[in-house]
Amino acid sequence: MKITLKVWRQSGPKDSGGLATYELDDITEDMSFLEVLDVLNEGLITSGEEPVAFDSDCREGICGMCGLMINGSAHGPEVTTTCQLHMRSFSDGETITVEPWRADAFPVLKDLVVDRSAFDRIIQAGGFISVNTGAAPDAHAVPVPKENADKAFASAACIGCGACVAACPNASGMLFMGAKVTHLGLLPQGQPERDARVVKMVNQHDHEGFGGCTNIGECAAACPKEIPMDVISQLNKDLRTAMQHGR
Amino acid sequence: MTDTITEIPVAPTAPEAPSPAAPPAPTAPAAPVFDVPLENAGIAHGLYRDGENISDTKAPPGDIQSKWTTRQFEAALVNPANRRKLTVIVVGTGLAGGSACATLGEAGYNVKAFCYQDSPRRAHSIAAQGGINAAKNYKEDGDSTYRLFYDTVKGGDFRSRESNVFRLASVSTNIIDQCVAQGVPFAREYGGLLDNRSFGGVQVSRTFYARGQTGQQLLIGAYQALERQIAAGTVEMNTRHEMLELVVVDGRARGVIVRDMVSGKVETHLADAVVLASGGYGNVFYLSTNAMGCNVTATWRAHRQGAYFGNPCYTQIHPTCIPVSGDHQSKLTLMSESLRNDGRIWVPKNREDCGKDPRDIAEEDRDYYLERIYPAFGNLVPRDIASRQAKNVCDDGRGVGPAIGDFRRGVYLDFTDALQRMSAEAVAEKYGNLLDMYQRITGENPYEVPMRIYPAVHYTMGGLWVDYDLQSNIPGLFVTGEANFSDHGANRLGASALMQGLADGYFVLPNTIRDYLSHGPYPKVEETDASVVAARTSVQARITKLLSINGERTVDSFHKELGHIMWEYCGMERSETGLLKAVDLIRGLKDEFWRNVKVLGSAEDLNQSLEKAGRVADFLELGELMCIDALHRRESCGGHFRVESQTDDGEALRNDDEFAYVAAWEWGGEEGMPVLHKEDLVYEYVHLKQRSYK
Ligand SMILES: Cc1cc2nc3c(=O)[nH]c(=O)nc-3n(C[C@H](O)[C@H](O)[C@H](O)COP(=O)(O)OP(=O)(O)OC[C@H]3O[C@@H](n4cnc5c(N)ncnc54)[C@H](O)[C@@H]3O)c2cc1C
Ligand code: FES
Repeated sequence: MKITLKVWRQSGPKDSGGLATYELDDITEDMSFLEVLDVLNEGLITSGEEPVAFDSDCREGICGMCGLMINGSAHGPEVTTTCQLHMRSFSDGETITVEPWRADAFPVLKDLVVDRSAFDRIIQAGGFISVNTGAAPDAHAVPVPKENADKAFASAACIGCGACVAACPNASGMLFMGAKVTHLGLLPQGQPERDARVVKMVNQHDHEGFGGCTNIGECAAACPKEIPMDVISQLNKDLRTAMQHGR
Repeated sequence: MTDTITEIPVAPTAPEAPSPAAPPAPTAPAAPVFDVPLENAGIAHGLYRDGENISDTKAPPGDIQSKWTTRQFEAALVNPANRRKLTVIVVGTGLAGGSACATLGEAGYNVKAFCYQDSPRRAHSIAAQGGINAAKNYKEDGDSTYRLFYDTVKGGDFRSRESNVFRLASVSTNIIDQCVAQGVPFAREYGGLLDNRSFGGVQVSRTFYARGQTGQQLLIGAYQALERQIAAGTVEMNTRHEMLELVVVDGRARGVIVRDMVSGKVETHLADAVVLASGGYGNVFYLSTNAMGCNVTATWRAHRQGAYFGNPCYTQIHPTCIPVSGDHQSKLTLMSESLRNDGRIWVPKNREDCGKDPRDIAEEDRDYYLERIYPAFGNLVPRDIASRQAKNVCDDGRGVGPAIGDFRRGVYLDFTDALQRMSAEAVAEKYGNLLDMYQRITGENPYEVPMRIYPAVHYTMGGLWVDYDLQSNIPGLFVTGEANFSDHGANRLGASALMQGLADGYFVLPNTIRDYLSHGPYPKVEETDASVVAARTSVQARITKLLSINGERTVDSFHKELGHIMWEYCGMERSETGLLKAVDLIRGLKDEFWRNVKVLGSAEDLNQSLEKAGRVADFLELGELMCIDALHRRESCGGHFRVESQTDDGEALRNDDEFAYVAAWEWGGEEGMPVLHKEDLVYEYVHLKQRSYK
């Protein structure tokens, strides 16, 4: 295959950045999208141009480190992570535009690399169950209905990649936050802190500069782990309950 | 899976008291030059020197069941008021490091943590699929701490330390309690209790799991506990920071030199103790199931500062990975080995058929080689045997799939029979997500065309040598998780790495490090101290050097070539001639690297080529030591087949008389030779046996 890549190049947070065009031959359908960027970079280095900076680690679709806007879609045309996207999803001769996640809360560090530490700070605000090491009762002390355990797992499958934020016109982080609130809220262990958790996380989310949710649904459509919009309804419900309880 | 075992009776061993050998010296003193007998290839070829034997002095004497209780009691306490005054550096926040940071933070110590990703939630622990073992015996199927201990020692092919393994098995149950309390959504049964499965051929169901994402769920649990401590102010988290040097002052580990990967700033961090939880080094093979950034730099730098490296050549190769599709390949993906329960493995009998559509190859022209060679176990032979035989048939020119160069690396894993026997729905129910993953990566439909698999490097049992306290031979330097050598011997059992990482981090290290910390705070170290300045200057000099070579070859091209050498000569099958050749090739490659590598960009910036260059430079040195270690170990053990040590019918032959020890290597200096220290392994509880699967 032959493809043309238009890649966002930005030397640092203060640079205004712009698209650079690169032509690539010898691309095969079996290559992953990130392997194409590897090939591009090998070529750039050989010709004396600085390679394109982009994040990836596991390349198995589980760590959440990768994430690019490909032709305007978060993680590209398939429901998967950028690292699991293969060239057979594109056609010969295609021009592909590659940009970083765009959101005020995710500032660009260089080229395609952004700072997603805002997500960590939302978890710090309350996305946990307070149990010190050694203080746990036997694992069978509290049974959990299988249905709840399965649903909690489905929400816990979030990989924190940030595609939901990048896809949302409001750059909202509600899907990410809703997934955590739903995961912990479905388990008996998560009940004691349930009200406080949602309030603190929402406050932090707003403080970080993420936008509000207006039910557009782009987030769920872009989520590589197919987290549904329901988690946002759950988040809102938990928030209302917490308010009623006077948090 | 039952394995027929030939018992080799062992002479009663001297139990109880730890061996009287002196504890290892605090720093690496220039080792004396010995006149050694030329009894071994490595020595004969002038590749290493023999040093003094070492031993673990921390496991208390007494019955194996009571050692850990005794040690916990004997380890001195630290007054809560003093804990704030003690700082611990933790490099790595995967399962092993993240759990340790959270626990030490909760206890009130001052923790400084580092990881190279943008968040601790991304450590490679996240990729573990299968599950985590624990001797809960919730199934009442005869499991116990003792059985888990026994299976692990035996699975490790008698190359691990009994005391450590027993402790691992005993704390395993606490891990599950802790994780459930944190909200880890393990699979459950309809009654609401936890589900278990049997994993990796053991006969009891002791593996806890969360669909195919157990590592992810456990790591998120540890990550949340860690973030809670960050919010509480006990842990200072430094993401996108890479450790590039260990600071040793007056013989003690006192800090690290790190590079802020965004600003490029080289920083010094000092503390009372340092913990390395930096994961495994499988990426020395370039292609592996590890994440792109997994590296040996943290432990290798510590090794160069005097920490012994234990059994570097012990690596685990997993038989069911998706094969390489071309030169561009950047990593390999593991598929659960449960596929071997229903899939049949074969290659064509005739080389001419290798390029054909497998569906056009007649039944009588197929070689179901595992079923042929091992009729009793067939496709369910252990990982190492399945891997080695796949290599053999491919080396024989009968591999399948795309030819890379002129070589096809792949064998068929065929579900045709299973599909006929069980229906497509039943196969999908059992293996659906794996088959989908295969299709996504290869573009082929496994319900129609047989899948292709090939072995890939998956885990490294070797790592920095530690005692029962998980302390290296450098006082104040502790090593946990995959980064240390302990617990798995020459071969790791499935679902035991997650167990070890969390055992170390939640339950073992916090108890043992307190004994060391109780003697602190240690004398204040200034950034102007000569050792600190030297460490920092050497890091800066290396960065400057890498950026100034401006040669012709990219970092990746060196890494690929190194990986190729390691895979060919230090992979599944090793021989004296091959390993000697590998050492030569690696030395040549290292020399060229430092003359001809091309790293663009600047030091004061986010520079991924520079990061990779530093890692590959360390892999080159590690690769050489791995080959020397493999060369000196003239026996087949665990997953390592040594050509010179096989039975009459070509199976692996362990040599307990000569090699029942841990090889702990001391850095021999830039121009010097590594020094071999042996820790003899004594089996008081599990009797030495040879494996046999025929
Ligand atoms: C695909 C796959 C599947 C697996 N499945 C299973 C399974 O089912 N069951 C099982 O028990 N085991 C499994 N394993 C093995 C297991 O996942 C690992 O051995 C284990 O998770 C390692 O944990 P760790 O905390 O030691 O290291 P990691 O999770 O790798 O963490 C390493 C940490 O160190 C940091 N780090 C590394 N180098 C530096 C540096 N120089 N400077 C700063 N920070 C650094 C990283 O940022 C990271 O935070 C699997 C492994 C793989 C690859
Ligand atoms: S690199 Fe880990 S999810 Fe893509």
